[in-house]
Amino acid sequence: MLRNSLILGLVAVFALALFTIFSEYKTPETLNRTAQYYNENEVSQVGAANVVTAVVVTYRGLDTLGEVTVLFLTASVIGFILRRKKKGEPVVKADKGSEILSTASRILFPGSIILGVYVFVNGHLTPGGGFQGGAVIGTAILLIALANPEFAVSRKVLHWLESLSGVTYVIIGLLGIFLAAGFLDNRILPLGDFGHLLSAGAIPIIYSMIGIKVGAELSGIITDINQTKTNLS
Amino acid sequence: MKLSVEHIAILSGILLMAIGLWGILGRKNILKMIISFTVFDTGLNILIVALGYLPGRTAPIVDGPVTVENLSQVAVDPVPQALVLTAIVIGFGVTALMLVYALKMHEKKKTLDINEYTDLKW
Amino acid sequence: MITFNIVLLIFLSVATISGALVAVTAKKTAVAILASGAISLFASIFFLVLASPDVAMTEAAIGAGLTTFLFFVILRKTESHHAEK
Repeated sequence: MLRNSLILGLVAVFALALFTIFSEYKTPETLNRTAQYYNENEVSQVGAANVVTAVVVTYRGLDTLGEVTVLFLTASVIGFILRRKKKGEPVVKADKGSEILSTASRILFPGSIILGVYVFVNGHLTPGGGFQGGAVIGTAILLIALANPEFAVSRKVLHWLESLSGVTYVIIGLLGIFLAAGFLDNRILPLGDFGHLLSAGAIPIIYSMIGIKVGAELSGIITDINQTKTNLS
Repeated sequence: MKLSVEHIAILSGILLMAIGLWGILGRKNILKMIISFTVFDTGLNILIVALGYLPGRTAPIVDGPVTVENLSQVAVDPVPQALVLTAIVIGFGVTALMLVYALKMHEKKKTLDINEYTDLKW
Repeated sequence: MITFNIVLLIFLSVATISGALVAVTAKKTAVAILASGAISLFASIFFLVLASPDVAMTEAAIGAGLTTFLFFVILRKTESHHAEK
Protein backbone atom coordinates (compact mmCIF):
# COMPACT_ATOMS: atom_id res chain seq x y z
CA MET A 1 0.00 0.00 0.00
CA LEU A 2 2.93 2.31 0.68
CA ARG A 3 4.02 1.77 -2.91
CA ASN A 4 0.60 2.64 -4.30
CA SER A 5 0.27 5.82 -2.24
CA LEU A 6 3.79 6.88 -3.23
CA ILE A 7 2.93 6.37 -6.89
CA LEU A 8 -0.33 8.28 -6.57
CA GLY A 9 1.45 11.14 -4.81
CA LEU A 10 4.12 11.30 -7.48
CA VAL A 11 1.52 11.33 -10.26
CA ALA A 12 -0.42 14.06 -8.43
CA VAL A 13 2.70 16.23 -8.11
CA PHE A 14 3.51 15.67 -11.77
CA ALA A 15 -0.03 16.54 -12.87
CA LEU A 16 -0.09 19.66 -10.68
CA ALA A 17 3.24 20.83 -12.08
CA LEU A 18 1.92 20.44 -15.61
CA PHE A 19 -1.46 21.89 -14.71
CA THR A 20 0.11 25.34 -14.44
CA ILE A 21 0.70 25.16 -18.20
CA PHE A 22 -3.05 24.82 -18.63
CA SER A 23 -4.13 27.39 -16.06
CA GLU A 24 -1.63 30.08 -17.10
CA TYR A 25 -1.85 29.54 -20.85
CA LYS A 26 -3.07 32.59 -22.74
CA THR A 27 -3.64 32.04 -26.41
CA PRO A 28 -1.26 34.38 -28.25
CA GLU A 29 -2.72 36.77 -30.80
CA THR A 30 0.09 36.48 -33.31
CA LEU A 31 2.80 33.99 -34.16
CA ASN A 32 6.10 34.13 -32.33
CA ARG A 33 9.06 35.56 -34.20
CA THR A 34 10.55 32.27 -35.40
CA ALA A 35 7.25 31.09 -36.84
CA GLN A 36 6.62 34.52 -38.33
CA TYR A 37 10.01 34.38 -40.06
CA TYR A 38 9.41 30.88 -41.38
CA ASN A 39 5.93 31.69 -42.66
CA GLU A 40 6.99 34.94 -44.31
CA ASN A 41 10.26 33.93 -45.93
CA GLU A 42 9.88 30.22 -46.55
CA VAL A 43 8.38 30.49 -50.04
CA SER A 44 11.02 32.87 -51.36
CA GLN A 45 13.91 31.04 -49.66
CA VAL A 46 12.96 27.37 -49.99
CA GLY A 47 9.99 27.32 -52.37
CA ALA A 48 8.00 24.45 -50.86
CA ALA A 49 4.22 24.76 -50.57
CA ASN A 50 4.24 22.83 -47.29
CA VAL A 51 6.00 24.93 -44.65
CA VAL A 52 6.37 21.97 -42.27
CA THR A 53 8.37 20.14 -44.94
CA ALA A 54 10.60 23.18 -45.40
CA VAL A 55 11.26 23.30 -41.66
CA VAL A 56 11.90 19.55 -41.40
CA VAL A 57 14.13 19.19 -44.46
CA THR A 58 15.89 22.53 -44.78
CA TYR A 59 15.75 24.84 -41.76
CA ARG A 60 16.18 21.97 -39.31
CA GLY A 61 17.75 19.51 -41.71
CA LEU A 62 20.55 18.58 -39.34
CA ASP A 63 17.92 17.55 -36.79
CA THR A 64 16.31 15.24 -39.32
CA LEU A 65 19.67 13.74 -40.28
CA GLY A 66 20.29 12.98 -36.62
CA GLU A 67 16.84 11.49 -36.29
CA VAL A 68 17.29 9.16 -39.24
CA THR A 69 20.59 8.12 -37.64
CA VAL A 70 18.81 7.31 -34.37
CA LEU A 71 16.31 5.18 -36.26
CA PHE A 72 19.17 3.40 -38.03
CA LEU A 73 20.84 2.71 -34.68
CA THR A 74 17.59 1.33 -33.29
CA ALA A 75 17.20 -0.99 -36.26
CA SER A 76 20.81 -2.15 -35.91
CA VAL A 77 20.48 -2.80 -32.18
CA ILE A 78 17.28 -4.78 -32.73
CA GLY A 79 18.98 -6.83 -35.43
CA PHE A 80 21.93 -7.39 -33.09
CA ILE A 81 19.83 -8.48 -30.12
CA LEU A 82 17.59 -10.77 -32.13
CA ARG A 83 20.28 -12.42 -34.21
CA ARG A 84 19.79 -16.13 -34.55
CA LYS A 85 22.29 -18.30 -32.75
CA LYS A 86 22.98 -20.79 -35.52
CA LYS A 87 22.75 -20.15 -39.19
CA GLY A 88 20.96 -23.32 -40.07
CA GLU A 89 18.28 -22.91 -37.43
CA PRO A 90 14.85 -22.88 -39.04
CA VAL A 91 12.81 -19.72 -38.76
CA VAL A 92 9.68 -19.56 -36.68
CA LYS A 93 6.89 -21.87 -37.72
CA ALA A 94 3.90 -19.64 -37.20
CA ASP A 95 0.50 -20.36 -38.62
CA LYS A 96 -0.13 -19.21 -42.12
CA GLY A 97 -2.55 -16.32 -42.48
CA SER A 98 -6.08 -17.13 -43.47
CA GLU A 99 -7.16 -17.28 -47.09
CA ILE A 100 -8.77 -13.83 -46.86
CA LEU A 101 -5.63 -12.29 -45.41
CA SER A 102 -3.24 -13.77 -47.96
CA THR A 103 -5.47 -12.87 -50.93
CA ALA A 104 -6.11 -9.35 -49.64
CA SER A 105 -2.42 -8.78 -48.93
CA ARG A 106 -1.51 -9.76 -52.47
CA ILE A 107 -4.00 -7.23 -53.83
CA LEU A 108 -3.17 -4.45 -51.36
CA PHE A 109 0.62 -4.76 -51.40
CA PRO A 110 1.38 -2.96 -54.72
CA GLY A 111 -1.15 -0.25 -53.93
CA SER A 112 0.36 0.40 -50.52
CA ILE A 113 3.87 0.64 -51.98
CA ILE A 114 2.66 3.11 -54.63
CA LEU A 115 0.80 5.14 -51.98
CA GLY A 116 3.96 5.31 -49.89
CA VAL A 117 6.05 6.46 -52.85
CA TYR A 118 3.39 9.05 -53.77
CA VAL A 119 3.33 10.37 -50.22
CA PHE A 120 7.07 10.94 -50.01
CA VAL A 121 7.57 12.25 -53.54
CA ASN A 122 4.84 14.88 -52.99
CA GLY A 123 6.08 15.80 -49.51
CA HIS A 124 6.82 19.40 -50.46
CA LEU A 125 3.34 20.02 -51.93
CA THR A 126 0.84 18.10 -49.79
CA PRO A 127 0.76 16.87 -46.20
CA GLY A 128 3.07 13.93 -45.86
CA GLY A 129 6.68 13.24 -46.54
CA GLY A 130 9.50 10.81 -46.06
CA PHE A 131 8.49 9.59 -42.62
CA GLN A 132 4.84 9.00 -43.46
CA GLY A 133 5.70 7.39 -46.80
CA GLY A 134 8.28 5.17 -45.17
CA ALA A 135 5.73 4.12 -42.56
CA VAL A 136 3.21 3.21 -45.28
CA ILE A 137 5.86 1.08 -47.01
CA GLY A 138 6.67 -0.57 -43.70
CA THR A 139 2.96 -1.36 -43.23
CA ALA A 140 2.85 -2.98 -46.68
CA ILE A 141 5.79 -5.22 -45.76
CA LEU A 142 4.09 -6.03 -42.45
CA LEU A 143 0.90 -7.05 -44.27
CA ILE A 144 2.79 -9.52 -46.44
CA ALA A 145 4.71 -10.82 -43.43
CA LEU A 146 1.47 -11.42 -41.53
CA ALA A 147 -0.06 -13.38 -44.38
CA ASN A 148 3.03 -15.47 -45.01
CA PRO A 149 5.37 -15.86 -42.01
CA GLU A 150 8.16 -17.34 -44.10
CA PHE A 151 8.29 -14.27 -46.30
CA ALA A 152 11.39 -12.19 -45.69
CA VAL A 153 12.81 -9.26 -47.55
CA SER A 154 16.42 -10.01 -48.23
CA ARG A 155 18.59 -8.36 -45.57
CA LYS A 156 21.16 -7.53 -48.22
CA VAL A 157 18.67 -5.59 -50.33
CA LEU A 158 17.45 -3.70 -47.26
CA HIS A 159 20.99 -2.85 -46.15
CA TRP A 160 21.98 -1.68 -49.61
CA LEU A 161 18.86 0.47 -50.01
CA GLU A 162 19.39 1.96 -46.59
CA SER A 163 23.10 2.66 -46.99
CA LEU A 164 22.72 4.06 -50.50
CA SER A 165 19.90 6.42 -49.52
CA GLY A 166 21.75 7.51 -46.38
CA VAL A 167 24.97 8.21 -48.29
CA THR A 168 23.06 10.10 -51.00
CA TYR A 169 21.38 12.17 -48.31
CA VAL A 170 24.70 13.17 -46.76
CA ILE A 171 26.29 13.83 -50.17
CA ILE A 172 23.42 16.15 -51.14
CA GLY A 173 23.89 17.88 -47.80
CA LEU A 174 27.62 18.29 -48.42
CA LEU A 175 27.00 19.60 -51.96
CA GLY A 176 25.03 22.40 -50.31
CA ILE A 177 28.22 23.65 -48.66
CA PHE A 178 29.98 24.05 -51.99
CA LEU A 179 27.13 25.03 -54.33
CA ALA A 180 24.84 26.98 -51.99
CA ALA A 181 24.81 28.63 -48.61
CA GLY A 182 25.45 25.72 -46.26
CA PHE A 183 24.95 22.10 -45.22
CA LEU A 184 21.65 20.65 -46.50
CA ASP A 185 20.78 23.83 -48.43
CA ASN A 186 18.19 22.85 -51.02
CA ARG A 187 19.20 25.52 -53.54
CA ILE A 188 21.79 23.36 -55.25
CA LEU A 189 19.04 22.83 -57.85
CA PRO A 190 16.88 25.65 -59.27
CA LEU A 191 13.78 26.38 -57.20
CA GLY A 192 11.55 25.91 -60.26
CA ASP A 193 7.89 26.84 -60.58
CA PHE A 194 6.23 27.11 -57.20
CA GLY A 195 3.69 24.35 -56.63
CA HIS A 196 4.96 21.89 -59.23
CA LEU A 197 6.36 18.44 -58.57
CA LEU A 198 9.86 19.38 -59.71
CA SER A 199 10.29 22.46 -57.58
CA ALA A 200 11.78 23.52 -54.25
CA GLY A 201 15.33 22.59 -55.27
CA ALA A 202 16.61 19.38 -53.75
CA ILE A 203 13.70 18.82 -51.34
CA PRO A 204 11.95 16.09 -53.40
CA ILE A 205 15.23 14.19 -53.72
CA ILE A 206 16.13 14.54 -50.05
CA TYR A 207 12.64 13.54 -48.91
CA SER A 208 12.64 10.54 -51.26
CA MET A 209 15.95 9.45 -49.78
CA ILE A 210 14.51 9.83 -46.26
CA GLY A 211 11.43 7.87 -47.36
CA ILE A 212 13.46 4.97 -48.76
CA LYS A 213 15.71 4.94 -45.71
CA VAL A 214 12.84 5.01 -43.20
CA GLY A 215 10.93 2.39 -45.20
CA ALA A 216 13.96 0.07 -45.29
CA GLU A 217 14.61 0.56 -41.58
CA LEU A 218 11.02 -0.10 -40.52
CA SER A 219 10.84 -3.14 -42.81
CA GLY A 220 14.08 -4.39 -41.29
CA ILE A 221 12.71 -4.01 -37.75
CA ILE A 222 9.48 -5.79 -38.70
CA THR A 223 11.24 -8.66 -40.48
CA ASP A 224 13.69 -9.10 -37.61
CA ILE A 225 10.96 -9.26 -34.97
CA ASN A 226 8.61 -11.39 -37.05
CA GLN A 227 11.30 -13.99 -37.73
CA THR A 228 12.59 -14.40 -34.22
CA LYS A 229 12.08 -17.74 -32.75
CA THR A 230 11.57 -17.66 -29.02
CA ASN A 231 14.00 -20.38 -28.09
CA LEU A 232 11.69 -21.93 -25.48
CA SER A 233 8.85 -23.10 -27.62
CA MET B 1 -13.85 28.18 -17.37
CA LYS B 2 -11.59 28.28 -20.37
CA LEU B 3 -13.31 26.55 -23.23
CA SER B 4 -11.30 26.84 -26.39
CA VAL B 5 -9.80 24.32 -28.76
CA GLU B 6 -6.24 24.72 -27.51
CA HIS B 7 -7.20 24.64 -23.82
CA ILE B 8 -9.15 21.39 -24.20
CA ALA B 9 -6.26 19.86 -26.12
CA ILE B 10 -3.69 20.96 -23.53
CA LEU B 11 -5.82 19.56 -20.69
CA SER B 12 -6.29 16.20 -22.41
CA GLY B 13 -2.56 16.05 -23.18
CA ILE B 14 -1.72 16.63 -19.51
CA LEU B 15 -4.28 14.06 -18.33
CA LEU B 16 -2.95 11.48 -20.81
CA MET B 17 0.59 12.08 -19.54
CA ALA B 18 -0.53 11.69 -15.92
CA ILE B 19 -2.40 8.45 -16.67
CA GLY B 20 0.61 7.19 -18.62
CA LEU B 21 2.96 7.95 -15.73
CA TRP B 22 0.62 6.18 -13.33
CA GLY B 23 0.70 3.13 -15.59
CA ILE B 24 4.48 3.20 -15.99
CA LEU B 25 5.01 3.24 -12.23
CA GLY B 26 2.09 1.06 -11.18
CA ARG B 27 1.93 -1.91 -13.55
CA LYS B 28 3.78 -5.13 -12.88
CA ASN B 29 3.55 -6.60 -16.37
CA ILE B 30 6.36 -5.28 -18.55
CA LEU B 31 4.24 -5.16 -21.72
CA LYS B 32 1.68 -3.01 -19.94
CA MET B 33 4.44 -0.66 -18.79
CA ILE B 34 5.50 -0.23 -22.42
CA ILE B 35 1.87 0.44 -23.42
CA SER B 36 1.75 3.13 -20.73
CA PHE B 37 4.92 4.61 -22.25
CA THR B 38 3.14 5.00 -25.59
CA VAL B 39 0.17 6.64 -23.84
CA PHE B 40 2.56 9.12 -22.20
CA ASP B 41 4.19 9.74 -25.58
CA THR B 42 0.87 10.50 -27.26
CA GLY B 43 -0.12 12.93 -24.51
CA LEU B 44 3.18 14.79 -24.78
CA ASN B 45 2.78 15.11 -28.55
CA ILE B 46 -0.77 16.48 -28.21
CA LEU B 47 0.49 19.01 -25.64
CA ILE B 48 3.33 20.26 -27.87
CA VAL B 49 1.14 20.59 -30.97
CA ALA B 50 -1.57 22.38 -28.95
CA LEU B 51 0.97 24.97 -27.78
CA GLY B 52 1.60 25.95 -31.41
CA TYR B 53 -2.06 26.32 -32.33
CA LEU B 54 -3.74 29.67 -32.88
CA PRO B 55 -7.55 29.77 -32.96
CA GLY B 56 -9.20 30.16 -36.32
CA ARG B 57 -6.02 29.52 -38.26
CA THR B 58 -5.28 26.72 -40.71
CA ALA B 59 -2.44 24.39 -41.61
CA PRO B 60 0.76 26.01 -42.94
CA ILE B 61 0.36 24.69 -46.48
CA VAL B 62 -0.03 27.04 -49.46
CA ASP B 63 -3.20 25.86 -51.16
CA GLY B 64 -6.57 27.36 -52.07
CA PRO B 65 -7.41 30.34 -49.83
CA VAL B 66 -3.97 30.24 -48.23
CA THR B 67 -1.67 32.21 -50.53
CA VAL B 68 1.97 33.15 -50.33
CA GLU B 69 1.07 36.70 -49.22
CA ASN B 70 -1.28 35.89 -46.33
CA LEU B 71 0.55 32.79 -45.09
CA SER B 72 1.78 34.47 -41.91
CA GLN B 73 -1.72 35.80 -41.12
CA VAL B 74 -3.75 32.61 -41.56
CA ALA B 75 -1.35 29.74 -40.79
CA VAL B 76 -0.34 28.22 -37.45
CA ASP B 77 3.17 27.76 -36.08
CA PRO B 78 5.01 25.11 -38.17
CA VAL B 79 7.88 24.49 -35.73
CA PRO B 80 6.07 22.35 -33.07
CA GLN B 81 4.57 20.28 -35.88
CA ALA B 82 8.00 19.59 -37.35
CA LEU B 83 9.33 18.62 -33.92
CA VAL B 84 6.41 16.30 -33.14
CA LEU B 85 6.71 14.73 -36.60
CA THR B 86 10.20 13.52 -35.76
CA ALA B 87 9.26 12.70 -32.17
CA ILE B 88 6.59 10.20 -33.29
CA VAL B 89 9.05 8.32 -35.49
CA ILE B 90 11.68 8.25 -32.73
CA GLY B 91 8.94 7.09 -30.35
CA PHE B 92 8.25 4.12 -32.59
CA GLY B 93 11.94 3.21 -32.63
CA VAL B 94 12.16 3.44 -28.83
CA THR B 95 8.98 1.37 -28.40
CA ALA B 96 10.32 -1.32 -30.74
CA LEU B 97 13.59 -1.42 -28.80
CA MET B 98 11.77 -1.75 -25.47
CA LEU B 99 9.58 -4.53 -26.87
CA VAL B 100 12.60 -6.45 -28.11
CA TYR B 101 14.25 -6.17 -24.71
CA ALA B 102 11.01 -7.38 -23.12
CA LEU B 103 11.06 -10.37 -25.48
CA LYS B 104 14.67 -11.11 -24.51
CA MET B 105 13.88 -10.89 -20.80
CA HIS B 106 10.90 -13.18 -21.31
CA GLU B 107 13.22 -15.71 -22.94
CA LYS B 108 15.51 -15.66 -19.92
CA LYS B 109 12.94 -15.65 -17.11
CA LYS B 110 9.88 -17.08 -18.89
CA THR B 111 7.68 -14.42 -17.36
CA LEU B 112 6.73 -10.79 -17.96
CA ASP B 113 6.23 -9.96 -14.28
CA ILE B 114 8.87 -7.47 -13.11
CA ASN B 115 8.78 -8.88 -9.60
CA GLU B 116 10.58 -11.94 -10.96
CA TYR B 117 13.48 -9.91 -12.31
CA THR B 118 15.57 -9.92 -9.19
CA ASP B 119 19.09 -10.03 -10.68
CA LEU B 120 19.94 -6.42 -9.88
CA LYS B 121 18.06 -6.27 -6.59
CA TRP B 122 20.03 -5.81 -3.39
CA MET C 1 -17.04 26.11 -37.20
CA ILE C 2 -15.23 26.93 -33.98
CA THR C 3 -18.10 25.67 -31.81
CA PHE C 4 -18.29 22.49 -33.88
CA ASN C 5 -14.60 21.97 -33.27
CA ILE C 6 -15.05 22.49 -29.55
CA VAL C 7 -17.91 19.96 -29.32
CA LEU C 8 -15.89 17.48 -31.37
CA LEU C 9 -12.85 18.01 -29.18
CA ILE C 10 -14.81 17.50 -25.95
CA PHE C 11 -16.10 14.17 -27.25
CA LEU C 12 -12.61 13.25 -28.42
CA SER C 13 -10.94 14.10 -25.14
CA VAL C 14 -13.51 12.11 -23.15
CA ALA C 15 -12.97 9.14 -25.50
CA THR C 16 -9.18 9.48 -25.36
CA ILE C 17 -8.97 9.71 -21.60
CA SER C 18 -11.36 6.82 -20.99
CA GLY C 19 -9.31 4.86 -23.56
CA ALA C 20 -6.17 5.69 -21.60
CA LEU C 21 -7.78 4.51 -18.37
CA VAL C 22 -8.74 1.25 -20.06
CA ALA C 23 -5.23 0.85 -21.51
CA VAL C 24 -3.61 1.32 -18.12
CA THR C 25 -6.01 -0.68 -15.96
CA ALA C 26 -7.04 -3.53 -18.29
CA LYS C 27 -6.41 -7.05 -17.00
CA LYS C 28 -5.84 -8.56 -20.43
CA THR C 29 -2.84 -7.29 -22.35
CA ALA C 30 -4.65 -7.59 -25.69
CA VAL C 31 -7.35 -5.19 -24.49
CA ALA C 32 -4.71 -2.73 -23.34
CA ILE C 33 -2.97 -2.90 -26.74
CA LEU C 34 -6.23 -2.26 -28.59
CA ALA C 35 -7.04 0.65 -26.29
CA SER C 36 -3.64 2.22 -26.90
CA GLY C 37 -4.19 1.86 -30.65
CA ALA C 38 -7.54 3.61 -30.25
CA ILE C 39 -5.84 6.42 -28.31
CA SER C 40 -3.43 6.93 -31.20
CA LEU C 41 -6.34 7.06 -33.64
CA PHE C 42 -8.17 9.65 -31.53
CA ALA C 43 -4.94 11.61 -31.15
CA SER C 44 -4.58 11.77 -34.92
CA ILE C 45 -8.05 13.39 -35.12
CA PHE C 46 -6.85 15.77 -32.38
CA PHE C 47 -3.93 16.75 -34.59
CA LEU C 48 -6.25 17.26 -37.55
CA VAL C 49 -8.42 19.66 -35.53
CA LEU C 50 -5.26 21.41 -34.31
CA ALA C 51 -4.42 22.23 -37.98
CA SER C 52 -1.51 19.84 -38.39
CA PRO C 53 -2.32 17.26 -41.08
CA ASP C 54 1.33 16.19 -41.35
CA VAL C 55 1.42 15.07 -37.74
CA ALA C 56 -2.01 13.46 -38.07
CA MET C 57 -0.78 11.31 -40.97
CA THR C 58 2.33 10.26 -39.08
CA GLU C 59 0.38 9.38 -35.95
CA ALA C 60 -2.19 7.37 -37.90
CA ALA C 61 0.43 5.44 -39.87
CA ILE C 62 2.96 4.83 -37.10
CA GLY C 63 1.13 5.18 -33.79
CA ALA C 64 -2.10 3.45 -34.72
CA GLY C 65 -0.76 1.07 -37.38
CA LEU C 66 2.79 -0.13 -36.86
CA THR C 67 3.02 0.14 -33.06
CA THR C 68 -0.19 -1.80 -32.48
CA PHE C 69 0.87 -4.57 -34.84
CA LEU C 70 4.29 -4.74 -33.23
CA PHE C 71 2.73 -5.12 -29.79
CA PHE C 72 0.55 -7.96 -31.05
CA VAL C 73 3.49 -9.76 -32.65
CA ILE C 74 5.43 -9.56 -29.38
CA LEU C 75 2.35 -10.63 -27.40
CA ARG C 76 1.94 -13.70 -29.62
CA LYS C 77 5.60 -14.59 -29.21
CA THR C 78 5.48 -14.34 -25.43
CA GLU C 79 2.13 -16.08 -25.07
CA SER C 80 2.72 -19.08 -27.34
CA HIS C 81 5.21 -20.36 -24.81
CA HIS C 82 2.66 -20.37 -21.98
CA ALA C 83 0.16 -22.22 -24.15
CA GLU C 84 2.60 -25.02 -24.83
CA LYS C 85 3.83 -25.45 -21.31
